[in-house]
Amino acid sequence: MKRKAFLTIAPLLTAGFVFATAAAAQDTIKVGVLHSLSGTMAISETTLKDTVLMMIDAQNKKGGLLGKKLEAVVVDPASDWPLFAEKAAQLLEKDKVAVVFGCWTSVSRKSVLPVFEKDNGLLFYPVQYEGEESSKNVIYTGAAPNQQAIPAVDYLMKEVGAKRWVLEGTDYVYPRTTNKILEAYLLAKGVKPEDISINYTPFGYSNWQARVAAIKKFGSTGKKTAVVSTINGDANVPFYKELGNQKISAEDIPVVAFSVGEEELSGVDTKPLVGQLAAWNYFESINTPANKAFIDQWHTFIKNPKRTTNDPMEATYIGFNLWVKAVEKTKSTDHEKVIAALPGLETANLTGGIAKVLPNHHITKPVYIGEVKADGQFNVVWKSAGVVPGDAWSDFLPGSKDIEADWVTLKCGNYNKVTKTCSGQNYK
Amino acid sequence: MKTLSWGGQFLLLLALWVALPARAQSPGDAGFLSTLAGLRDASFDDKAKIIEQISQTGHPSVRAVLTALMEQRLYFRNSDQKIFIGKTADVDPLNLIDPLTLKGGGTASAESVTQIGTNNALRRVLREAVARYSLSSPEVSVRRDAAREMAKSLDEPTVKLLRDRLSVETNAGVRQEIATDLALAALDSPDGKARLDAVATLSNSVSQDVRNRLASLIDSEKDENVKQAAASAVRSIDHWRTFYSGIQTLFFGLSLGSVLVLIATGLAITFGVMGVINMAHGELMMLGAYTTWVVQQAMPGHIGISILVAIPAAFIVAGLTGVLLERTVIRFLYGRPLETLLATFGVSLILQQTVRSIFTALNRSVVTPEWMSGSLHLNDALEITWNRLYIVLFTLIVFTLVQLVMKRTRLGLDIRAVSQNRAMAKAMGIKTEWVDAMTFGLGSGIAGVAGVALSQLTNVGPDLGQSYIIDSFMVVVFGGVGNLWGSLIGGTSMGVVNQLLEPWAGAVLAKIFVLVALILFIQARPRGLFPQKGRAAEDK
Repeated sequence: MKRKAFLTIAPLLTAGFVFATAAAAQDTIKVGVLHSLSGTMAISETTLKDTVLMMIDAQNKKGGLLGKKLEAVVVDPASDWPLFAEKAAQLLEKDKVAVVFGCWTSVSRKSVLPVFEKDNGLLFYPVQYEGEESSKNVIYTGAAPNQQAIPAVDYLMKEVGAKRWVLEGTDYVYPRTTNKILEAYLLAKGVKPEDISINYTPFGYSNWQARVAAIKKFGSTGKKTAVVSTINGDANVPFYKELGNQKISAEDIPVVAFSVGEEELSGVDTKPLVGQLAAWNYFESINTPANKAFIDQWHTFIKNPKRTTNDPMEATYIGFNLWVKAVEKTKSTDHEKVIAALPGLETANLTGGIAKVLPNHHITKPVYIGEVKADGQFNVVWKSAGVVPGDAWSDFLPGSKDIEADWVTLKCGNYNKVTKTCSGQNYK
Repeated sequence: MKTLSWGGQFLLLLALWVALPARAQSPGDAGFLSTLAGLRDASFDDKAKIIEQISQTGHPSVRAVLTALMEQRLYFRNSDQKIFIGKTADVDPLNLIDPLTLKGGGTASAESVTQIGTNNALRRVLREAVARYSLSSPEVSVRRDAAREMAKSLDEPTVKLLRDRLSVETNAGVRQEIATDLALAALDSPDGKARLDAVATLSNSVSQDVRNRLASLIDSEKDENVKQAAASAVRSIDHWRTFYSGIQTLFFGLSLGSVLVLIATGLAITFGVMGVINMAHGELMMLGAYTTWVVQQAMPGHIGISILVAIPAAFIVAGLTGVLLERTVIRFLYGRPLETLLATFGVSLILQQTVRSIFTALNRSVVTPEWMSGSLHLNDALEITWNRLYIVLFTLIVFTLVQLVMKRTRLGLDIRAVSQNRAMAKAMGIKTEWVDAMTFGLGSGIAGVAGVALSQLTNVGPDLGQSYIIDSFMVVVFGGVGNLWGSLIGGTSMGVVNQLLEPWAGAVLAKIFVLVALILFIQARPRGLFPQKGRAAEDK
């Protein structure tokens, strides 16, 4: 009987909720936040949700946007990729948000892509990714492979002298595509196929003993070996723990990670990780006035002076500021107008450079490589000369070499320069 | 620095005067300190030069200072810029050691000092520098590590150092390491006989570095005898390395198997003996893992023993949750497996959400105690990580205890009686309801204990249980429902097969193979490896 009572109440509750949000819609601009707050990616994504909330809060304190207050609509796709699409549809069709900040893993982005293209929405994607994509409806504020993976491999090759390569990744689209690009790049640089070992493990993998032993064996042939890690999410913790237990130090076999930043290290015993490398476009330890102000703002907002900042947070910060500039420029939150206004817009990043939106919907970013310190922060050991423009279609994959993305003149995310045709937005 | 008496100062002056001609570069303590002071704000390149200078001073504290720098526990005090060694890193307050006298220099809070940073290149320089000084350390393991480290850079002075040490070294293990180093150096000798002897010494090694060096010798060697000896030495080393890597794989399988057994033992009682399909079993493990974290938070500074305290604590927390679960939900559903399944699945979601509300969705970091990290060095080809070794032992202890409870105690007798024939047991005066609650509590408690072990292997988060529930059911079904020995054999063999497959199939495919094999096996033997016999089995 109780169950029946609940069944009758439930729709009423939902109806009430819808009614309440509809009433509020009059005088605010809605900003969708599509980040996992539970599940395997929660460790990384929760922070980005808070970053967007902080930016909205700061913007509202400045008087909002176009005279209206911003209002966050937060949903939890729970690290469940199909659920990302459902939640995206909810944000775009039901809540009618002006913009969405969201996604971390590429599989979640791929899952929401058709929804954003169907509803002509606008998504700011703040995480480094594998490239090979340029959508009209997405602004990629994270790094493309040429802004992270390729410079990191160059660093290992030239500065560390690595000759043998282990490409270790989580089994999904980002590591697989990145490793495909890296493998092509390494082969082009004269690395022999037998000096490259590629391996994938599932999300949340914890039984690393055999894999780490295999890496140790692969690295014991006398040639300097480096590991390029595209392991994502919380599988990193047992991975580094096992490296420490099997006494593989960064001096012997350095591991450069593309998905491990300050936030991921904050919950970890960093002693066995000291010296391991990470390639990002931002580190908390970079000393600039803008960065210091951002860190202070974050600590005040989150009410915890020990919380760290990280690269995807900076990308979210850049994305939010770009969107605000585009809205102010067009004096409208209409998706079509804002998207058209975005290319060419510039905003300062936190490390002293300029982030400019390129016609391919990627941005310019500096590249940094850092070594993990005992306190979980990074010690910058290399930085690029100036900012690097993001390249949507890698020049090292045979199929994507001739493809160009240009939403200003060509109005196409996948334009083949040889056949002069514009095909679907995704290669293959 | 404490002030010296006039006599003391005079003696110090005298000592300096005597020492000066001998080590012209070293102006003694003051010079050592000023060289050290340079580390405070030098760039990494400059630090490398300073390290070189420090190691040339010949000061008695060189080794202690360089080791501290390598282990990231060299600090300077912000107030007076004085350099100190921290006794252990990352404790607050730090116990300071004076770098000159190597005696206690009081304590300081972590905020009042700044750590002197290093990077990979520096640590490599440091490791070599420290190894030279460690060769005369009183500790055998330090000397052995030093000798092993020095194999990487065998220049003239290093070889001389090793030779000097060999003449006074008494420990056989260290002697052998030094002999290996010297033999490696002798491979470059112009004398064919010396090279042949060196190859003979090295053929007993199982080290990969030695093998690589010998393999490169084969390419460059002119002397046919040496060439052949080297080739046969490489073959012998390869042979032994294959053998040891086989043992290592077996151990990996055993350790994965022991984790499977550990997570399945509790289920073998609740599902195997009582017949309750408990979907919340994984969440009971998660509660155990969180208990470990809470215990660690409650006793900071005692990480080493916190794990031992966490074991009974996790047993009690998970056990009580289990009893509560049995009394409030499961007892109304006996004999209705489908409804039990759905109800316990609901409970598992409730438990997950509760934990999420209390501890947030973020993972909690359970610190690995010092005695559980690192690995046991058996030889150059075989190392076994301590945490896995302890978990194998722990599983055996837990399994033995459960067997003892089931076979030797009154509770165990009652449990078996009730599971075999409930009505008869009741007629004999056994309080079956109480036994049900206790049995479920026991199974749940063991799940909690398994959670303590898992907290050392994987991330402690609300989803911890979900990733292990399928595995634990698989083990119980494979081993034979109702048979604890079946779970032990089943879990271990599944672990070993998985690890044997993994190197060539990959982690994902290996698991699929194991699953498919299991399905085929269940088709052939629906009751598992060790089916229950007799009337009790027919009822189920």
